[in-house]
Amino acid sequence: MNPRLQRWAERRLPALTRYRRPEGLPLELHRRRIYIVPTGFGAAFAVLLTVMLVGALNYANNAALLLTCLLGATSAASMLVAFRTLDGLRLASVRADHVVAGEAVQVQFEFETTRLRQALRLDLGPASTAFAIAAGRTSVGLPLQTAKRGWMPLPRVRVWSSWPLGMFRAWSWLHPQQAVLVWPRAEATGPTPPHHDADQQRHRLHQGDDLAALRDYRLGDPPRHIAWRASARHEHLLVKDFEQPEAQHEWRLDWYQLAGLDDEARIARLARWLDEADRRGEAYSLRLPQQQVPMGSGAQQYAQCMSLLATLP
Amino acid sequence: MNLLARSARARAASPALTRDAFDLMCLSAAIVLVAHVPHLSPWLSGGLALMLAWRWWQRRQRSGGAPAWLKLPILALLVLAVTASNANPLGQQAGASFAIGLLVMKLLESETTRDARVAMGFACFTLMTALLFDQGLLATVFIALGLLPTLATLRALEPAQLRTSLPRTLLPALSLLAAALPLALFAFVLVPRLNGPLWGTPSSHASVTGLSDSMSPSEFGELLLDDSPALRVAFDDAPPPNNQRYFRAYVLWDYDGRRWSSPDPGDEAAAPVEVAATTSYRVSLEPSRQRALPALDLPIEAPAHAQLLADHQLLADRPVNDPLEYRVRSALRYHLQPSLSADARQRALRLPGGFNPRTQALATQWRQRYGSDDGAIAQAALSLFHDGGFRYTLAPAELGREAMDDFLFTTHEGFCEQYASAFTVLMRAAGIPSRVVTGYQGGYWNTLGNYLLVRQSDAHAWSEIWLAGRGWVRIDPTAAVRPERISLGAYAAAEDQQTWYRSDWLESMRNHWDIVNRWWNEGVIGFDTMSQRGLLTPFGIHDLDGTALGALLVVGSALFAALGLAWAMARRDKIDPALAWMRVLEHKLDRHGVTRRPGEGPQHYLSRAARALPARRDALKALSESYLECRYAHAEPSPESVRAFRRLVRDFKVRGVVK
Repeated sequence: MNPRLQRWAERRLPALTRYRRPEGLPLELHRRRIYIVPTGFGAAFAVLLTVMLVGALNYANNAALLLTCLLGATSAASMLVAFRTLDGLRLASVRADHVVAGEAVQVQFEFETTRLRQALRLDLGPASTAFAIAAGRTSVGLPLQTAKRGWMPLPRVRVWSSWPLGMFRAWSWLHPQQAVLVWPRAEATGPTPPHHDADQQRHRLHQGDDLAALRDYRLGDPPRHIAWRASARHEHLLVKDFEQPEAQHEWRLDWYQLAGLDDEARIARLARWLDEADRRGEAYSLRLPQQQVPMGSGAQQYAQCMSLLATLP
Repeated sequence: MNLLARSARARAASPALTRDAFDLMCLSAAIVLVAHVPHLSPWLSGGLALMLAWRWWQRRQRSGGAPAWLKLPILALLVLAVTASNANPLGQQAGASFAIGLLVMKLLESETTRDARVAMGFACFTLMTALLFDQGLLATVFIALGLLPTLATLRALEPAQLRTSLPRTLLPALSLLAAALPLALFAFVLVPRLNGPLWGTPSSHASVTGLSDSMSPSEFGELLLDDSPALRVAFDDAPPPNNQRYFRAYVLWDYDGRRWSSPDPGDEAAAPVEVAATTSYRVSLEPSRQRALPALDLPIEAPAHAQLLADHQLLADRPVNDPLEYRVRSALRYHLQPSLSADARQRALRLPGGFNPRTQALATQWRQRYGSDDGAIAQAALSLFHDGGFRYTLAPAELGREAMDDFLFTTHEGFCEQYASAFTVLMRAAGIPSRVVTGYQGGYWNTLGNYLLVRQSDAHAWSEIWLAGRGWVRIDPTAAVRPERISLGAYAAAEDQQTWYRSDWLESMRNHWDIVNRWWNEGVIGFDTMSQRGLLTPFGIHDLDGTALGALLVVGSALFAALGLAWAMARRDKIDPALAWMRVLEHKLDRHGVTRRPGEGPQHYLSRAARALPARRDALKALSESYLECRYAHAEPSPESVRAFRRLVRDFKVRGVVK
């Protein structure tokens, strides 16, 4: 259906379109929220059954009439089976990984049931997947396209099935009250973070002090760093490693140092620096208008900083 | 154009067929083909089977439809084949052949789910058309079971299901059919039948073995080997003894030297008959494609939609194409036409000229010897058969042009047809009016069902001669040769024809099976408007019209729908009893504003409730402890702790408490 028309209809005719406001989890499907309509094939089959009925009656052929009645009753029974495929299904939880704005996030829907259900389908926007679920819990993942940073409420998802004969389609809308946190997108290129004076100081102070570490020569090492005496005893050239103290240096990322940029540009730049720091294993701290993240490193630090950036107004 | 483009798009969007689904599809089509084989020409069914097998093999190798250039020639070939193999290219048989051909062709191009659905819908229709040719019990059951692979295919088209073996895919379809059966039967009984056909009823030309209005040696011989049921007779009183069970079907007057035939029936109605003993009975006749209604010798009243001719043949108004039931009254002892009209007398004496000189001579010789005593001449003929070295066999030697001469003086062997024929020719040659009557004789008394089963193999031919003062008298010359034929039946009489498989237990199985068939024919196939009207007679409603039937159907279907919904909505999820009582407690607290939040633990919830309702703090504390005891003290909640918790929940009251 035309999405604009659907949106309008849902706003104006909530009862007709079975619109549901977001609800808390767990969500259990029951008879008041499962709807059934015949599919195109089901309608065509009904026409066929009518033709068969008229034919059997016309020829006064009771065996054919019996067969037609049997087929008709079977199709009707398949409607009940379609209903039972959804009835009692529980959406237990919804989880999503972190994602950067503009990319698709895999949303995991965890369903719970007490018996086997087959040929269930889940639609989330344009994405759709089919799954079977045995007694217990089953997780179903669907990609969700994100656009901008911040909390993105989950759109409603449709769970449906045309099991077992494809003649009836039972469906239900699920609108879990959940949101996905979308991290800001880092800018593509830009300057490196400014180094603090204290850092520079310490850097210079430490250089040349720590000669304990020796490592293999790498192309581009200055010749004055080569440990000639030690190299003489080895097959390769050895270099005195003065890099060690530099790895210890700390990045102090500060919102207020990025004066002259608008908010989104600041956020994009900070995101890029956070990415880079995390990739290089640096320790960093982050200062934002309202919050402050103390010095630290690792996945948790990164996630905390990104989440703060994501939720900035 | 737009429509074409749209359908092309829909096809492109439709998911491709899995191999399992396609295999099931091929199986469905094969079963449809098998159901139609009996009335398809052998080479057409063979060709279609080959095409189906090729398609199955081809898609196994690699997926992809048959090339487009192949479809048109195949379609042309199909049209040609159907037209060539059917006398009437617009008839039912041609239609069925064409339909099954189209089904197989649809399989050739089936690559997507959508194609498969179309093909399976069409398969259902084609299966039904097979019932237009044979609505016997076996055929119907076979065709109903033929729906299984079709339904299984439709199931297999759905995505994301557990893979199972072939028999296991058919099983759910079977249970679905079984669940649908009560509603189907209900609808079958109540669907209002049409009073007359909307369009032309079938003029089925399918050949059925059975008696016909002419008699020649080869046809009759075939008939005596056919074991299929011809009619079933239920008598109101005790059945007549075996030697009186002559069922009259045709009276044959005209002889051309080889075959006996019946002239066009005149409009002359039967004259009243002097009768002594009568019996009433009900006959269920299998479709014969003929108009004659066999009746016990001698029928004296015609049933509805039939007439009684002057020679006491019963003739229905139209050919019997479906199983038919009728009631007749017959006279066992009678005087038929004590006075014979000159016209009838002349017909009953006519013989073709230039045939059978020796027979003629023998008859003349008898006439000279016995004078005007017709009875004595008949007796002489019977004695000839009895003592003249005649033998009863179902496989007699071929007779030449002078058939009766050959039979009487050379071969001396034959079955009822030859004896009746020879006897009648002898009588006519001797100047005694006579004619051949064909019908059935004997039958098997089914004690279980209390009815007489007459098979095609019970077909018989005998003679009637007209004697002054007595009218037409039945003479069975076969009885003179082989009395067992009359008391035991054709098979028993022809000892040389006995085969090993005709054992007793097989015979009894066949009799049981025949009861089932009779029930099917009378109860299901014969269920018509009349039966429908009388449905509610036990409840005092004698005439159920179409409107009432429709109303009943709607009300009953609604009841079935309610039953089905009750089944579908029944929650069979086992819920933990402690949890169930917790829900009750939640409900009680909810009415007083303490709603359990999603994901809130029981302990936290109840302590929050205790803060909100301080007056009930102790009770809530006890509840909390009791619940925790139920849930977490043991792996399975012990019955005592559940009972204790239940008591606490029941006794818990918030009413009268000021917040």
